[in-house]
Amino acid sequence: MPVFLTRLSRVRELPVAVAFVTLVAITATLNPRFLLPQSVKDLLLNATIIAILAAGQAMVIISRNVDLSVGSILGLSGFATGTLFALFPDIPIVLVFLAGIALGAALGAFNGILVVTAGVPSLVITLGTLYVFRGLNNAWAGGTEHFSGDRPKEFSNLSVDTVFGLPIITLLAFAVIAAMAVYLAKFRSGRDFYAIGSDPDAARLFGIPVGRRVLTAFVINGALAGLAGVLYASRFSSVGARTGTGIELDVVAAVVVGGVAIFGGSGTVVGAAIGAFLLTTITSALTALRVDKFWQQAVVGALIISAIVIDRVSTLRNARRLRLEQARESFPALNEGEGR
Amino acid sequence: MSVLTTDQRAPWRRLLSAVALGATAAVVLAGCAAGSTEEADSAPAEDTETTASAEALSITFIPKNLNNPYTGVQLKGGKEAAEELGMSYLEVGALDAAADSQVPFIQTEVQNGTDIIVLAANDPNAVCSALDEARAGGAKVITFDSDADCRDLFINQVEEEEVALGQLRQLFDQIGGTGEIAILSATANAPNQNAWIAAMRAEIETNADYEWEIVAEVYGDDEDAKSFQEAQGLLQAYPNLKGIISPTTVGIAATARYLSTSEYKGQVALVGLGLPPQMKEFIKDGTVTAFALWDPSEVGYLAGYAGKALADGTITGAEGETFEAGKLGTFTIGENGRIIVGPLLEFNAENIDDYDYISF
Amino acid sequence: MTGVTSEIGASKIWQRINVRDVAMLGVLVIVIVINSFARENFASTTTVGYLLLDAIPIMMLALPMTFIIISAEIDLSVASIVGISAATIGALVLREENMVVAALSGVGVGVLAGAFNGFLVAYLGLPSLAATIGTLALYRGLALVIIGDASVGSFPETWTSFVQGKLGGTGVPTVTIAVLLFIGLAIIVLHYSPFGRGLFALGHSQDAARFVGVKVEHAKFWLFVASGLVAGLVGLYWALRYGSARSDSAAGLELTVIAAVLLGGVSIFGGRGSIPGVVIAVLLVATITYGFRLQRISDVVLVMITGGLLIASVTAPNYYQRIRERWRLISRAKASPAD
Repeated sequence: MPVFLTRLSRVRELPVAVAFVTLVAITATLNPRFLLPQSVKDLLLNATIIAILAAGQAMVIISRNVDLSVGSILGLSGFATGTLFALFPDIPIVLVFLAGIALGAALGAFNGILVVTAGVPSLVITLGTLYVFRGLNNAWAGGTEHFSGDRPKEFSNLSVDTVFGLPIITLLAFAVIAAMAVYLAKFRSGRDFYAIGSDPDAARLFGIPVGRRVLTAFVINGALAGLAGVLYASRFSSVGARTGTGIELDVVAAVVVGGVAIFGGSGTVVGAAIGAFLLTTITSALTALRVDKFWQQAVVGALIISAIVIDRVSTLRNARRLRLEQARESFPALNEGEGR
Repeated sequence: MSVLTTDQRAPWRRLLSAVALGATAAVVLAGCAAGSTEEADSAPAEDTETTASAEALSITFIPKNLNNPYTGVQLKGGKEAAEELGMSYLEVGALDAAADSQVPFIQTEVQNGTDIIVLAANDPNAVCSALDEARAGGAKVITFDSDADCRDLFINQVEEEEVALGQLRQLFDQIGGTGEIAILSATANAPNQNAWIAAMRAEIETNADYEWEIVAEVYGDDEDAKSFQEAQGLLQAYPNLKGIISPTTVGIAATARYLSTSEYKGQVALVGLGLPPQMKEFIKDGTVTAFALWDPSEVGYLAGYAGKALADGTITGAEGETFEAGKLGTFTIGENGRIIVGPLLEFNAENIDDYDYISF
Repeated sequence: MTGVTSEIGASKIWQRINVRDVAMLGVLVIVIVINSFARENFASTTTVGYLLLDAIPIMMLALPMTFIIISAEIDLSVASIVGISAATIGALVLREENMVVAALSGVGVGVLAGAFNGFLVAYLGLPSLAATIGTLALYRGLALVIIGDASVGSFPETWTSFVQGKLGGTGVPTVTIAVLLFIGLAIIVLHYSPFGRGLFALGHSQDAARFVGVKVEHAKFWLFVASGLVAGLVGLYWALRYGSARSDSAAGLELTVIAAVLLGGVSIFGGRGSIPGVVIAVLLVATITYGFRLQRISDVVLVMITGGLLIASVTAPNYYQRIRERWRLISRAKASPAD
């Protein structure tokens, strides 16, 4: 078999990418309107926010952590955006973006510092901050909601206007995901995350500044959640106390479906992003296919489980193949014997 | 983690646990003893309160959930009524609108001996056993916005039929009587939603002018992003869709936002129940021609006055009784303890600016 | 610090007690005392009744969750199993089925759901966090398929009044007896049986546990089945206590249960924890919640305090240990000065 194809079949993102393409193909065949420019634009826009969240979460999960508070961070950032525009109608949009990202980064740092210095598992810490940040959001917002009509047209149009057929905020998401993918793959400090996720103690012994890296992961994840909050305010009608509630499990599901191992150490940001696109597309596809509304959530759940099973099977096969290869390399005599 | 044998530490650990257990036992016993004298507090508390502080009736509003802009308007009215009548006002509630979320809050009111409980039921069944206990203890129970069986009165903003008919009429004015239409509702279980939708379907059946085909009924769960995505789905699945009815303020705003940012703007008519300040931008940019609602604060206000009348004994909740409700005038109780606040308010480009006060 | 001592002979009960649980009990007592003084009607049988009725679902679900987390797994689908059980019961009652049939079917559905979870985690080897996120969505979705948008409330009077009934004048709900039995059973199995010791070993190291003869897949499978069974029972309780069965019954409860279990001293890494600790933690959260609501303190504050409590409960012991070690190093340095 050509080397190219064998290497392709081992790409961890392959199953989820294939699933995505298959889903789109089937749906488009049964309902051609699924690929109309408006529909494609909708699909991309729907996935944008979750894809950004999934990219950040992937980084955290690769380092053997998890951040359950992203929904609450998104909510706070979204409401902050609405509030800024309400208080300062002429505020430069860039400033609002920076404010949202900074707020998210600060909250992410809070998570990161607790995880690193207290040595407590991130699942526990971020479960706690999920509640605390949500409480802050409620305390701050009360019953107030900010509506899209109170935000500048240019800001809302970021989620509407397209460049080369792609919505602006989707291009932004692609840029962010690409940057993170490059960082994790090509830079020493980026690759450290994989080491930390595979074996934290070994990483420490090796000289990797584990604490600093993990803190960085949480800060970046928080910053991305903050960015997602600003984009949410751009796209949707209202931001308030309940914005972003419950989104954390969707994000973790997207990351897992995208081939990132929940125990850390493997997977890619691109895979997580594809997982996000897959999950949002499933929901839209089911509606486009007129699947009974009562069956939709069950189908999504079944598809998540299938994705995990497929990923598990392919990981096991790859691991087995690797072991056999290494065995052959270690014992050349085995190979010589074959020629006889 | 140290797996030390506890023998080394047994002595002080044993002492500590004995003390803790002893303290717990003491508190529990004290609680039981206090409890038997406190038993009286939940039942005739109303009497002691009204005799102790003559006019200060206690009224507590329990909306579907807190931090919800729509219920915020209702509560504003309720608070105003309570202040006018000299009642002590409280609003409590959960942060989510689940079926069981309100029960602990009703229980609290029962235990604290509140005189009047005003509730917008998340679920008609779940709240009843707690409300029955409240009524057994002498409290008056009023539901508003969303009904349950176990109450003395139900304050309904607008007659269900009128809510349904008004929206259908607005739709008819925009697209005529034929074509495919869809309904984007809130949650599948919401009693008021289902009542309105049932009335709409009945009207379409019987009315010869309305020959629409309802191709889909979807649920946005009163969530902005989900309603948005459901609206998208509708337009993809039903290319010939001519109109969408969304009798929920979250749903109509999300749908309007989607329509106004897509190529479907102006091609698909949107009617429903919306908050004027939230819908103003969509009226101005032409996405929505007309929508409807009422003044939610009037509901809360009337509930306050009705509660006072019940607690004073002016009315008993029977059909035909009348009572005064401050600035809203006189009201007559209808069948099955239902009171209608008023007519449907319709909004369009001409009057949209007059209703900014319907906001939190 | 666990109560797992050396295996030389059976340990006496007081040797099993660990400091964390005692400290938590102390906090619970203090909270009860403060609430009793802050609000005169707190210390009453009404409180006991309502508080326990509210706390029972979480208490029941926390028991198998403790087992599962100790063996280094997790079950995020418990609330959805409660939902699907309640939905099954409601759907059957709606179809005029006999209540006994409905109840058994509901619990049976819970067992099946738990078995599927167990199959995925134990035999297919899927990571439980990921797998149960999937089944969380699947079961909630199936609940919607089963009962649609109906809210069923027509349960037989005998059943509902039994579930809501109290024992004599104490205010304690009748079902508490069953709950106490479950708690007793859980304590015996986890702390006093070979199976339970095997679970602690499993939580520390799956391979090591296998070497000493623990049947890993077997154990995990049955844990998830137990979780499903208990969730099914909670579904029945939920439907009867609230007189309402809907597709979204108990939605979101899983995070509350996990928070309570973690608060109870169970380590998320596995291998450490105790049932008494979890029981106390559930009661602590229930008491704080009840006290706040009785005082009409907003849930906003409650949510933040619950989150803060969870964070503090796991970070404080670590900081405390760090400080103690530093003290030890300092005192050792003082005792043997460098020559």
